[in-house]
Amino acid sequence: MDILQNLGLGFETAFTPINLLFAFIGVALGTAVGVLPGIGPTATIAMLLPITFGFEPVTSLIMLAGIYYGAQYGGSTTAILINLPGESSAAVTALDGHQMAKQGRAGPALATAALGSFFAGTVGTLALALFAVPISQAALLFGAPEYFSLVVLGLIASIALASGSVLKALAMIVLGLLLGTVGQDTFSGTPRFTFGLRELYGGLDFVALAVGLFGVAEILRNLEGDITRSVMVQKVKNLWLTKDDFRRIRGPVLRGTGLGTVLGVLPGAGHVLASFVSYSVEKRVSKRPQEFGKGAIEGVAGPESANNAAAQTQFVPLLTLGLPVSPIMALLLGAFIIQGIVPGPNVINEEPALVWGLIASMWIGNLFLVLLNLPLIGLWVKMLTIPYRFLFPAIIAFASIGTFSINRNPFDVYAIAFFGILGYVLIKLGCEPAPLLLGFVLGPLLETYLRRSLIISDGDPTVFVTRPISLVLLLLALGAFVIAVLPTVRKKRDVVFEEED
Amino acid sequence: MNMHGARKDLLAGAVFVCFGLAFALTAGSYDVGSALRMGPGYFPLVLGGLLVVLGIAIAVKAFVAGEGGDLGAVPWKALVLLVVALLFFGYTVRGLGLVPSLLVTVFLTALAGRNARVIPAALVAASLTALSILIFVIALQLRLPYFGFWLQG
Repeated sequence: MDILQNLGLGFETAFTPINLLFAFIGVALGTAVGVLPGIGPTATIAMLLPITFGFEPVTSLIMLAGIYYGAQYGGSTTAILINLPGESSAAVTALDGHQMAKQGRAGPALATAALGSFFAGTVGTLALALFAVPISQAALLFGAPEYFSLVVLGLIASIALASGSVLKALAMIVLGLLLGTVGQDTFSGTPRFTFGLRELYGGLDFVALAVGLFGVAEILRNLEGDITRSVMVQKVKNLWLTKDDFRRIRGPVLRGTGLGTVLGVLPGAGHVLASFVSYSVEKRVSKRPQEFGKGAIEGVAGPESANNAAAQTQFVPLLTLGLPVSPIMALLLGAFIIQGIVPGPNVINEEPALVWGLIASMWIGNLFLVLLNLPLIGLWVKMLTIPYRFLFPAIIAFASIGTFSINRNPFDVYAIAFFGILGYVLIKLGCEPAPLLLGFVLGPLLETYLRRSLIISDGDPTVFVTRPISLVLLLLALGAFVIAVLPTVRKKRDVVFEEED
Repeated sequence: MNMHGARKDLLAGAVFVCFGLAFALTAGSYDVGSALRMGPGYFPLVLGGLLVVLGIAIAVKAFVAGEGGDLGAVPWKALVLLVVALLFFGYTVRGLGLVPSLLVTVFLTALAGRNARVIPAALVAASLTALSILIFVIALQLRLPYFGFWLQG
């Protein structure tokens, strides 16, 4: 059994004291930013990426990944207690979770979220371990044309699964691709779009871009209005489930986990989609659909499991193909690159301890999260009393220091300001920033594979459709695009994202 | 038709057209090459053109069916203060060193909050600077001098 051997290696790596410590720090930080509105995991990972330079690659990735799935837990806590989803995927949890809290059943709601998440996280981690090897072996057959088509598929699919205007999302991707071309051209060495500034030869810094788009732009959004949070939480008691509760959540947890595991692999906001889909499924199969929206425990169990299973399987494309499916995965891809590891199908063979250590750490991290979230719930609620006027200067301070420390390049700090304004303007005009970041990270790959393919094929552009794997990937991309623009599907998609508002 | 919504999409289209044109025109001045031997200008030229087309499509669609929604207020004071704070940090962190540079940056940032006052902002600046030094310099051993060469004259 290879898989047991692999997981054994993983746990051996993850159980070293330093890795345990950073897994803990990661999930604790993740829970904190998940709880705190106004700062999300994307900005946090971007800010902390620079300071993980000095760490071992596996330690750095364990911590950064922990922030991500920790935030999923934290987001649901505030969704339940104060009807304030700290994270987009927790929006569904707020529907029934907060109703339960109002009826004095906050304890069971939190316990359901934590247990469902833990179960789903475990299954998701197992699925990741099972599929990582076969997928990466298949990917070893890929040449430049296949990779080109794969990146195209990833980019197109991320639009199909997002909410909002397809045209705007496409434009954001193209703008991201263009911003990714700034700097020296890898083939000819020609500096592009540098305005003659040496500081721009290395390209725009992607940490600066992420911090600007997701940190500064978000601060400006929040400063538009008054942020006054009244935290009125009664003491949470009864953190356990009755036998009847257990019976009611069994089905939703299983179905949610299955849905999340599958949907998480898809590019775009897989975990958000998973939680919405799970909610509609539970409502449909329930014998008491009228209870939904009024505190049905199934409405917490299903989406929470779906969301956390998806959070784990989102790592599959990243670890096996080197293809990030969401902005956070794009940041983790950046973490690989910063550590000098080229992401792709070879990583799993060349750095087995890294990949399996990361996978194993996620299971350990999920266990930490249950322990952190149930008994220490009061602590997280207290965090909500940190006033925003203290929080956003901290974001700016940490972002500036972190970004500057990467290259000691003042330009990277200026870039935060530039992208902050750009991001703010675009968000104001109804454009989501996530596709831009994805385009920015994948742009250089797309161009390299395109040019390499055409060199190999002697300039014959049909190379992308005459190679079968590449053709299939492009057809899938076309299919995803058609789905995204078809009016009937669009309507359904909007319903999925909006019906619960 | 909702004029506000239309204006929002029109503006979005205009922003994309401007970026597309800027990239495409600049890319045209590089060696474009051919599909067989792509020069450094080829990829950005094609994408820039595509962005212009998408921008126009968004603007046209705004006339046909503008999405609703107001632009809403813009926190101008915060915007200016945040940008100045970030530029100040980038410009002075080496010359002045971490402590003075960060103090000013955080102070300016803290002033960006609604109803912010000078003394609380100064307190936030002092405590966050101390916290940052604790985290970055003492715990994480980042080598950033407290005071820079401008001050050591």
